[in-house]
Amino acid sequence: MKLSRWTGWAGGKAVPWALPIGLLAAWQAAAAAGWLSSRVLPAPTDVIVAAWNLASNGELWKHLSVSFWRALTGFAIGGSIGFLLGLLNGVFRPAERLLDTSIQMIRNIPHLALIPLVILWFGIGEEAKVFLVALGVLFPMYVNTLHGIRNVDAGLLEMGRVYGLGPWQLFWRIWLPGALPSILVGLRYALGIMWLTLIVAETIAADRGIGYLAMNAREFMQTDVVVFSILLYALFGKLADSIARFLERRWLRWNVNYQHI
Amino acid sequence: MGPGRGAELVLEQVGKQFGDKHALRRVNLAVKRGEFVAIIGRSGCGKSTLLRLAAGLEEPTSGRILVDGEELRGLNEKARVMFQDARLLPWRRVMDNVGLGLKGEWEPKALEALEQVGLADRADDWPAVLSGGQRQRVALARALISRPQLLLLDEPLGALDALTRIDMQRLIEQLWLEQKFTALLVTHDVDEAVMLADRIVLIEDGACALDVPVRLPRPRQRGDAAFADLVDAILRRILGGETDENAAVSLSVGEKRRAL
Ligand SMILES: Nc1ncnc2c1ncn2[C@@H]1O[C@H](COP(=O)(O)OP(=O)(O)O)[C@@H](O)[C@H]1O
Ligand SMILES: [Mg+2]
Repeated sequence: MKLSRWTGWAGGKAVPWALPIGLLAAWQAAAAAGWLSSRVLPAPTDVIVAAWNLASNGELWKHLSVSFWRALTGFAIGGSIGFLLGLLNGVFRPAERLLDTSIQMIRNIPHLALIPLVILWFGIGEEAKVFLVALGVLFPMYVNTLHGIRNVDAGLLEMGRVYGLGPWQLFWRIWLPGALPSILVGLRYALGIMWLTLIVAETIAADRGIGYLAMNAREFMQTDVVVFSILLYALFGKLADSIARFLERRWLRWNVNYQHI
Repeated sequence: MGPGRGAELVLEQVGKQFGDKHALRRVNLAVKRGEFVAIIGRSGCGKSTLLRLAAGLEEPTSGRILVDGEELRGLNEKARVMFQDARLLPWRRVMDNVGLGLKGEWEPKALEALEQVGLADRADDWPAVLSGGQRQRVALARALISRPQLLLLDEPLGALDALTRIDMQRLIEQLWLEQKFTALLVTHDVDEAVMLADRIVLIEDGACALDVPVRLPRPRQRGDAAFADLVDAILRRILGGETDENAAVSLSVGEKRRAL
């Protein structure tokens, strides 16, 4: 009885964690034994100590809040522009004919290639980072919103008209919910791009933020702080993904494909 | 069962062209208030087009459509359509689908409509978990909740299995008898047409090729000899390439037997 419960638990929850925990233990052991120079990779415990120090002297919160502000501002600006353009071009064919080709052309420029130009325009101030994040986030939101709107079932729209829905109701009851699965795919993708852009931008040109924290620590060979910064980014990436999943579960409950994730 | 319940629908010389292709050439059809008319015909003969014209979803390229004596412009507000696919909004629960587009205190009405189609206990379900027949019953509840004067049905039962179809036919007939709306049913199932309609209209070459009254008493029985004869006569007329006179003869034979 006990054994089967234990194997049940091991089979269900523990197995996926066995490998990371094992690796972490091996890493700690290798560092403690001196096989792994702290220049290359600090021991996990050193990383924890570095994190604790940064948190207790207030440095961490300063950099964290700056990075968060940049990420969210850029996301809000770029995301809403992309979303609105996607809606506009999806619902009105003439708008699409006018705008889509130009948008697709700009989309083909990797936004990170603009960093030198952006620094020339904005210096290394906040605008540069926010601009880059906004630009990076805009296109996945645009493309997926447009795709979602275009694939809304024409039969449902026709039904809505026969059943007396006005343009506004058609939008809220049919266009938007019909496009939502695709819009959320765009959102998830955009959140990934948001962190990626911020990492690169902060690493290259910043005087605050997590990327700056990492670059600054590199100059003083504080590998523990560098590793901690990288872990922070990983954590935020995971957090963003969880938010997107949460929204999918909540807003797409009606869709059998999302009922069990 | 007041005389004003159903709408009167008249099609005068109605034609509809898509590009240079004629879907309908010259349809003349008058549907009386509260009448149940079935439209039959081969696939692609323009049945759905006829229904969409009556709903105001398309405009005729020639002729005109009168609803209660007034020429139809834009959407037909007196009409509701039931489509072959139920066209429920997957992201709204059954109850909200039934109440779609209603204002004010619509919830009690929606529940009542669901009760009429026997699905009150599914009010809070998502459409995705319903069977095909249940979805069509929800669609029927949605169509009837606003008490339309004209119900347009475009092969609403075509995708259902035979037993469910018979159930649905009974339900539609029962609600029609209660509410006395005018009904225009497109079907490729002659059996269904004879089961439900006061009159059967055959569309061929873009016009009404045949207009047969069905004088069998309701509720109709499929096992009936007169029922079977009429189905048989109409089927032979559609399929057999029979001349009009021959068809008329066999159809009138069916009528005589019914009269006996
Ligand atoms: N929107 C449209 N554009 C072009 N052709 C159409 C359109 N709707 C219907 N048609 C054509 O008109 C004819 C009649 O179609 P339809 O009314 O759907 O036939 P049925 O419902 O009797 O099977 C068909 O040949 C079809 O291809
Ligand atoms: Mg059709």
